[in-house]
Amino acid sequence: MVPVSAYLIVAIVLFGIGTVGVLISRNMIVMFMCIELMLNAANLALIAFSRSLEVMDGHAFVFLVLTVAAAEAAVGLAIVLAIYRNRETINIDRFSILKW
Amino acid sequence: MESQILTLVTFFPLLGIVLMLAIPKNQHDSIKSICLIVSFITMLLSFWMYAMFDPIANGMQFEVDIPWITSLGIHYHMGIDGISLLLIVLTSVLSVLAILSSWISITKAVKGYYISMLLLEVGMIGVFCSLDLFMFYVFWEVMLVPMYFIIGLWGGPRRLYAAIKFVLFTMFGSLLMLVAILYLVFAYQSYSGEYSFDMLKMMELPIAYGPQLYLFGAFALAFAIKVPLFPFHTWLPDAHVQAPTAGSVILAGVLLKMGTYGFVRICLPIFPEATVAYLPYICVLSLIAIIYGALVAMVQKDVKSLVAFSSVSHMGFIMLGIFALNLQGIEGAVLQMINHGVSTGALFLIVGMIYERRHTRLIEEFGGLAKVMPVFATFFMITTLSSIGLPLTNGFVGEFLILLGAFKANTVYGIIAASGVILSACYMLWMYQRVIFGKVTKPENEKLKDVNWREKLILIPLVLIIFWIGVYPKPLLDRIEPAVKQVLTYVSKATTVNIGEGIQIDQARTTDEVEIILGEVDPVKVGSEGMEE
Amino acid sequence: MSDYLYLIPLFPLIGFLLNGLLLGRLPRVVVNIIACLSVAAAFIISVLVFFELKALPPDVRVIEQTLFTWIPSGILQVNFGLLLDPLSAIMILVVTGVGLIIHIYSIGYIAHDPCFGRFFTYMNLFMFSMLTLVLADNFLFMFVGWEGVGLCSYLLIGFWYHKKSASDAGKKAFIVNRIGDFGFLIGMFIIFWEVGSLEFRVVMEQAPVVFIAGGSLITTICLLLFVGATGKSAQIPLYVWLPDAMEGPTPVSALIHAATMVTAGVYMIARTNVLYMLAPDALMVVAIVGAVTAFFAATIALTQNDIKRVLAYSTVSQLGYMFLACGVASFSAGIFHLMTHSFFKALLFLGAGSVIHAMSDEQDMRRMGGLGKHIKITYITMLVAALTISGIPGFSGFFSKDEILWKSFSSQHGHPIFWVVGFVTAGLTAFYMFRLIYMTFHGKERMDEETRQHIHESSKSMTIPLMVLAVLSVVGGWIGMPHIFGVSNFFEHWLEPVMAGGSYEPVSHALAAGGGDVGMEWGLMAASVALVLVSIYFARTFYKTKPQLATAWRKKMSGLHQVLLNKYYVDEFYGAVIVRPLIVFSLFLWKVVDVILIDGFVNGSALVYEGVSESLRRVQTGRLRSYATLFVFGVVILVAYFVMD
Repeated sequence: MVPVSAYLIVAIVLFGIGTVGVLISRNMIVMFMCIELMLNAANLALIAFSRSLEVMDGHAFVFLVLTVAAAEAAVGLAIVLAIYRNRETINIDRFSILKW
Repeated sequence: MESQILTLVTFFPLLGIVLMLAIPKNQHDSIKSICLIVSFITMLLSFWMYAMFDPIANGMQFEVDIPWITSLGIHYHMGIDGISLLLIVLTSVLSVLAILSSWISITKAVKGYYISMLLLEVGMIGVFCSLDLFMFYVFWEVMLVPMYFIIGLWGGPRRLYAAIKFVLFTMFGSLLMLVAILYLVFAYQSYSGEYSFDMLKMMELPIAYGPQLYLFGAFALAFAIKVPLFPFHTWLPDAHVQAPTAGSVILAGVLLKMGTYGFVRICLPIFPEATVAYLPYICVLSLIAIIYGALVAMVQKDVKSLVAFSSVSHMGFIMLGIFALNLQGIEGAVLQMINHGVSTGALFLIVGMIYERRHTRLIEEFGGLAKVMPVFATFFMITTLSSIGLPLTNGFVGEFLILLGAFKANTVYGIIAASGVILSACYMLWMYQRVIFGKVTKPENEKLKDVNWREKLILIPLVLIIFWIGVYPKPLLDRIEPAVKQVLTYVSKATTVNIGEGIQIDQARTTDEVEIILGEVDPVKVGSEGMEE
Repeated sequence: MSDYLYLIPLFPLIGFLLNGLLLGRLPRVVVNIIACLSVAAAFIISVLVFFELKALPPDVRVIEQTLFTWIPSGILQVNFGLLLDPLSAIMILVVTGVGLIIHIYSIGYIAHDPCFGRFFTYMNLFMFSMLTLVLADNFLFMFVGWEGVGLCSYLLIGFWYHKKSASDAGKKAFIVNRIGDFGFLIGMFIIFWEVGSLEFRVVMEQAPVVFIAGGSLITTICLLLFVGATGKSAQIPLYVWLPDAMEGPTPVSALIHAATMVTAGVYMIARTNVLYMLAPDALMVVAIVGAVTAFFAATIALTQNDIKRVLAYSTVSQLGYMFLACGVASFSAGIFHLMTHSFFKALLFLGAGSVIHAMSDEQDMRRMGGLGKHIKITYITMLVAALTISGIPGFSGFFSKDEILWKSFSSQHGHPIFWVVGFVTAGLTAFYMFRLIYMTFHGKERMDEETRQHIHESSKSMTIPLMVLAVLSVVGGWIGMPHIFGVSNFFEHWLEPVMAGGSYEPVSHALAAGGGDVGMEWGLMAASVALVLVSIYFARTFYKTKPQLATAWRKKMSGLHQVLLNKYYVDEFYGAVIVRPLIVFSLFLWKVVDVILIDGFVNGSALVYEGVSESLRRVQTGRLRSYATLFVFGVVILVAYFVMD
């Protein structure tokens, strides 16, 4: 029996990689992938707890997260595409228009 | 229909807004016509209301009280007494004239402008009808929005500065007022066990002296900014100078009155002890406003800012009258609210007319207009005299009563205020002389056209009102008197205060006894009449 | 007929409305007819009600009429009410009578001015206001007329508005009058809160009960009312507007600034004589101010060269006499002089107008001279007026002025010093009047050739009023002959019911009883007549027979002459001490207090917010990654916080 802590360690590592990736990457595609990584880390933790506590709520959450992640990826990639068409780049540092 | 007259008068302009929304924005003529017709019908409705109003009866009339948000005790509660009646009629009349005055001068975003005007009318009339603090607050804030746009979109070169200044000043005050309203609601809840926003119930609510001071302060600040009382007045000249003519007319004519109305309707009856405690400070500020406004008006170079500062001075008179806390003072103050609306409104309309012709308001740009525009000069003269307070014009009756009351309350206040009468003659006549008299020095002024029929249509009603109130103010005073007595009763019930006819009223006295004391009974008069017989 | 009392002010009002509303649409003839007819109608009704009043027994000679309630507020009940008693009856006769004559004169005078419609509109409005003033039965309604005449004065002084000096003078008149009105208003407030009414009848009845005789309260009231009177009647220190008021058309100067409006202050004091009798200190102030003004203005009149200015200062001086009379509690003498003065001063002004007309609008007497033979009617009528104002026995001015001088000597409120001042002033008056006559009508013709060619006598509508007034100036005084002439003083008896209201010793009877003073009265009278004759002789020497003497004297006393010529620099003094500082102070308030202090505070607080926001916005880099970094740090800190907990 693999202890639940092992799953959690894997999840934390995955989450950490994702976080660092989001923070240091300038490529929007890479950032998206990292965000997916973080979501999946959360999913792993949910499944692990669900299994160890023997309740099914975690599974339900995971499906929800997966759906949201898919939708988000779709919308996000569409935005990236739109931006690329406009500006010919997907370097996130070039988009500072939020700053007034 | 008759019982719902207040709802009808208040919300009738909304009908115009709905109609206008359905019209394409480039059909200017139909937009203007709808706006004018709707505001005109509103005016007729308010006249009808005036006719139905019972001048003798005490208390609120045409009352409507429907539970609205029951869990918080918010009611749809409307009702008017003589004070609000006159202010509503003034509002509806000035709205029509203001809309007429913008007929040509407003060319951009016409639809938005006229929608704003009607929305403004709803807000203003609503404030004067509301007997529920929640509704009062909502209408108070509703009126800010269209005014913000009217100044900010259709105003002069520094319109944004002026509009933002106006809104920030007002919001600053009204937020404190909101806090005070909530305090009152919770205080009422702990007193009677139920929530209520009802003004009339608040008047019966006993409030400890300490909290009263804070609450009065919060309300008074909101109202004083609106009046505007020195030193909160600096938004006014900016707003007036930048606003379009109609905006200035409504601003001076009605919006400022909301401040003084608030004092009479809320501050005095709900916080009588605090009223007495604050009395000296407010009186001194009013006196400063009277003198200061007049002096600063004297050296203005822009006609509009001169009239704006003269408003500061006149509103100081009204505040002084209210805080004289006697019958003559408050009656004069209420009448002067109407008078100031009429004469200053007329002055702004007149200034707007020469601005439309010359696109400047600097005094030095004019001179000799009497020769070019004699009819205009006559109208200007009449409104100037009304503003100065010449007998047989409206200004005199109000000013006289205010000064009489103030003199009774405090001799020194009365004397200082009366000297403001001299100053008002100085600045108004000096301005009139520089604009109207003399030779035509600027070639641009030589070909100016005299007032046309539309402008006459605007000015003639105001001139008639000026003389009507000046010669026969009795109908108005008769309607004001019961309402003022009611206010004084509240003030006197909770405090030992000298309320007018030289009689001290103790805490123990009932309302009825106060009524008798406030009545016309006067030993000297009775004595002399007796001798006659 | 007395039911139609309200018609007296109403007719001029109708004239005003007709002429005013149809301004520019009526032909000249119609305007003239409306204007004069409305005044004539008022005059006829005045005469009728006068006789009706006269038919009543003396002690019930009061006709009251209340039109409607004006301002009701609590115990304050002000009516539009009219009161006709012997005093107001005299006043309406004078006002409508002289007013009518001057209206007729104006037809000719204003004949060449395109603004005749406006002129008559204002004139009729003035008549309405003045009649309201004298007929009002309460203080506030009187104040309506009081301010109304001030307004008309303002409008008519500035009638030629294109001249800056004219509109300045109008404004000055209004504002100075407002200062006086301020006193009037405050006085009214005290009266109302003490007595509880503003009606003359009630106030006069109650005053002896309510006020302590000689107390500070009643003295204050009287002094405040007197401030109002000094404004309207051009007494020190508020006289400065009247000389400037000569900028107006000459008939206006005659009607408003000589015959009627300026006497309103005297009328008001006579109307409230009951109050003044309770305040001897106030009476003394009135007498002193009156005497000083009479003398002071007469000295200025000695040196003025503008024919109308001489007359203006003469008016101020004569008004001083009237106040002197009131101040020594001889109100009927004041009103008597008011009446005779309105005849002869109106005549002088109308004559001056005729001269100015003849001289093609020249007003400087140094450029006149020798006009007597060209414009005979004007000359003779003006000579009559000059003899009247100088106080030559037989002319009306003699009777009224002599009564004042005698009362100022003999009355219990009088003092020999008052008599001395009045006596000297009478000498000065005769001198400057004959200086005017000699400079204008005698001696060398000093005008230029073109003007000389145009000299002509005025039209009939101007000369007939002159003649009527000349007759009135002579005979007008005969109704008030002194007792020592062995006739009953009709005028004094007529006014007795109004004056005897107070609880004071009736002055008129004091004299009748004290026969021992008769010799003294004859003596003083002879002295003043002698002085007048000497003064006239000097004027003749200086300005007719030996003009070089006048020049020599002027050189010898050039300092004094300059001071007098510049009217004691009072205007400059007011300008430097009041007007300039006020404007500078106002500018300070605007530029410093308003813009820098208050708005500075407002904008300053906005700037503080802006500064804080400016530093805080540095956090908002606009870079997604920095936001994300901060976000992560935030989460870590939060998690750490809850884990630690």
